Amino acid sequence: MIRALSITRSIHDWLYSSMSENMAYFIEMVLIAIVYLAIFAVAGLFLVLIERRVAAWFQLRIGPNRVGFQGLLQTMADALKLLSKELTGTEKADKFLYNLAPYFVIITALMALAVIPFTQDFQAFDINIGILFLIAISSIGVIGILLGGWSSNNKFALIGAMRSGVQTISYELSIGLSLLTMILITGSLQLSEIVEVQKSGWLIVQGHIPAIIAFMIYMIAGTAETNRAPFDMAEAESELGAGFHTEYSGMKFAYFFLAEFINMFIIAAIATTVFFGAWLSPFGITESIPILGVFWFLAKAMVLVFLMMWFRWTFPRLRVDQLLTLEWKYLLPLNLMNIVIMALIVWLNLTIQF
Amino acid sequence: MDTTTIETNFRSEEYFINMGPQHPATHGVLRLLLTIDGEIIKKVEPDLGYIHRSIEKMCERDTYQQIVHLTDRMDYLSSNINNEAVCLTVENALELEVPDRVKVIRTIIGELTRISSHCLWWGVMGMDVGALTTYFYGFRDRELINDIFEETCGARLTMNYNVPGGLMFDIHPNFVKRTKDFIAHFKTKLPEYDKLLTHNVIFQKRTKGIGILTKEDAISFGASGPVGRASGYSCDVRKHHPYSALDKVKFQEALKTEGDTYARYLVRIQEMWESLSIIEQLIDNIPEGEYRVATNAVIKLPKGEFYQRVETARGELGVYIISDGVKSPYRLKFRSPGFSNLSLLNHIAVGGKIGDLVATMATLDLVIPDIDR
Amino acid sequence: MGSMKDSKPTDMTNQKLQELIGSWFPNPEAKSIPDVIVEDVIEEGSDKKPTAETIINPSLLEFSEEGSQFLNIFVQPEQLHTLMSELKKNKETYFDYLFCLSGVDWGTELGVVYHLESTTFRHTVVVKVKTADRENPTFDSVYDIWATAEFHEREVFDFFGIKFNNHPNLKRLFLTEEWEGFPLRKDYVDEINMVIK
Repeated sequence: MIRALSITRSIHDWLYSSMSENMAYFIEMVLIAIVYLAIFAVAGLFLVLIERRVAAWFQLRIGPNRVGFQGLLQTMADALKLLSKELTGTEKADKFLYNLAPYFVIITALMALAVIPFTQDFQAFDINIGILFLIAISSIGVIGILLGGWSSNNKFALIGAMRSGVQTISYELSIGLSLLTMILITGSLQLSEIVEVQKSGWLIVQGHIPAIIAFMIYMIAGTAETNRAPFDMAEAESELGAGFHTEYSGMKFAYFFLAEFINMFIIAAIATTVFFGAWLSPFGITESIPILGVFWFLAKAMVLVFLMMWFRWTFPRLRVDQLLTLEWKYLLPLNLMNIVIMALIVWLNLTIQF
Repeated sequence: MDTTTIETNFRSEEYFINMGPQHPATHGVLRLLLTIDGEIIKKVEPDLGYIHRSIEKMCERDTYQQIVHLTDRMDYLSSNINNEAVCLTVENALELEVPDRVKVIRTIIGELTRISSHCLWWGVMGMDVGALTTYFYGFRDRELINDIFEETCGARLTMNYNVPGGLMFDIHPNFVKRTKDFIAHFKTKLPEYDKLLTHNVIFQKRTKGIGILTKEDAISFGASGPVGRASGYSCDVRKHHPYSALDKVKFQEALKTEGDTYARYLVRIQEMWESLSIIEQLIDNIPEGEYRVATNAVIKLPKGEFYQRVETARGELGVYIISDGVKSPYRLKFRSPGFSNLSLLNHIAVGGKIGDLVATMATLDLVIPDIDR
Repeated sequence: MGSMKDSKPTDMTNQKLQELIGSWFPNPEAKSIPDVIVEDVIEEGSDKKPTAETIINPSLLEFSEEGSQFLNIFVQPEQLHTLMSELKKNKETYFDYLFCLSGVDWGTELGVVYHLESTTFRHTVVVKVKTADRENPTFDSVYDIWATAEFHEREVFDFFGIKFNNHPNLKRLFLTEEWEGFPLRKDYVDEINMVIK
């Protein structure tokens, strides 16, 4: 079940040889969890920094460049500050749910990270329903937002939470259906197999026109799913102050904040896996060096992350009813039509394969 | 399930929400008491006075030169035009003819002030509808105007450049060149504004058909400035009651008939173009001469009533002075554009969503000290 | 005067306006006198009314242009609302724009000054109303004629304590509900906050 890189193979062997099987299994899980937590923390902080630098670039500013080389430690310092901040809360909040909410958001983000194939064998959890698992997990995150908004006992937070709920539930459909379109080509939900199929051409090439449509829908829905501008209805600082996390401070706020960035990365990572061949290098130029798969994966994901940042710093925000109109009246019918077209293409063998 | 069951199960209830006095979209310490049903606005009631300084009462004890300084603090984004309003009132009351040079410089500075105010508004407008980048673009260009002002009179925001009888100092030797540079620069940047925001589909969706104000309502609510003109109500004081050198220049009054948020937006963009053209017509023809005519150290207005209207970036500012012949006015009333424009917010925001309210309020371009005086 | 010198595209002079508006409120006493002379000089901002009128005003309104760039109409509080709605409705006057509404404390009297403009004819008129009642000054609200008056009247109420009949929402606008006194009145004293030179 757990596959690892060849470096970890020796650790794996050593663990199994030196102690009982159950014990070794348990320790292995803990180790992997720690590794992923580390990746998670670094990725989150790094993404925040990138976002700030990209925003600055769009906005004729310089951005953080003082703490560490080119501001590399800036977000570290911010995290430290947030850690040491007082955790304020509302007097009449539902304390239990209020405290629980950030963990919902952060844990689901972390869980989704587990199935992402960074490179060959570098995947913590390769289940046969990979895509379904990702979709399922990503919709749990919204519960955290709803709980946070509800339990804060703040009307702005409640409005934000409700908006987020309605938005995520709607766009979940589009994400699911656009991914389903691609599943028609692969015939498998397992992420490693999806990658395998793409050795004869990335899915966006294989599926050509309907795949491109599916990709565009996926990016729109994915941006909405992460509550980022132009779909940042849940926060909408000019309307709701800070939306659902109005009443959160310190590290609990940081959890929401980090989860947003991790989610953005996850959306980009799924798109990379499903549309752009995950860790496969273009035309197989570095096939002989498997470790470079990580580079290709991250490079592709970063391009998509940049695209989402570009959206955020360019577009105005939609209104909540326009957001729903876009989903239910345009994206959803288009998506359903797209599935039929894709099915026809797969049936008639019109896919492009190398 | 019949409808009554649905209604009892999903009973929608109006609730009350407190927007401000610390809220990003109210641009200052304005407090709005909103009655909302879900997201739909049922009633907007502004609660004012958080920064009321009673400038009108202070004016009753101050001399006319001092009053000019107080006006900076009302609508701080058109401080120069406010100054001009008081100076014009005093000069008219004294029947003092100011030199042409003063008139032309006042007009140029006034139009620069208008552009700088609209630049800020444009940035904030974008921010209110969620496009954060516009803010920096607006401020980039506004900064250049502020630099010109700084060189001219030392201050960037509250300038006090006008005094009864003329100007405090003559313009800086670089003034003409820098203003021309700015015009050349801004002419390339204004189309960028359109590209970034005006032509954006989401922005148009957010603003078209939102917060509609009819012409009749605009007049009845005393709307002025871009708010009135977007409803097809020709209310430009610069056209109807020209002051300073405005009767010598040709410009078009920016008029739209739709009366929605998008029309108000377009009117302000067009006004920036018009202001540029006004400055262009005047900048090469600043007459030589005195920059100030001497007045008495203590100005005493003759007995009577004096009213002066000027067009600030927000609309019509009226200065109503009742004088009983001493060094301070007996009563001084500022008819501020923001106050009247705010009074129509409830009228146009009801029925919209919270997002619409924010967009609408952004195009009313409220400056709270102007309302609170 | 000054900048207002001029660009009114109206054929309605102040004199004509005065005759027209004056005719709406004929003075019953003046009817007996066949040849009436328009009396248009009133002491500005005065507390001393002409005690012995030599010429009987043909109208219940008083007109003045002295010390002001506009035509001033002095009206009794009882006739205020009738006059205002007629000024707005009448085809020849059509004052549809109330551009300034100010409360004034004339010392002994409290009053409200309405600046009206017609957006079609571009003529301007000033209506003044006064009351000697400082305890409970009350006028009719004109918010049903010009919507802008709602806020302006609240402001006047806030600072002068002048009440307006039929106002939909007459309460403090700028000051807090529990504020004592009316700051813009001349007899208002605040030892702590007011700096008097």
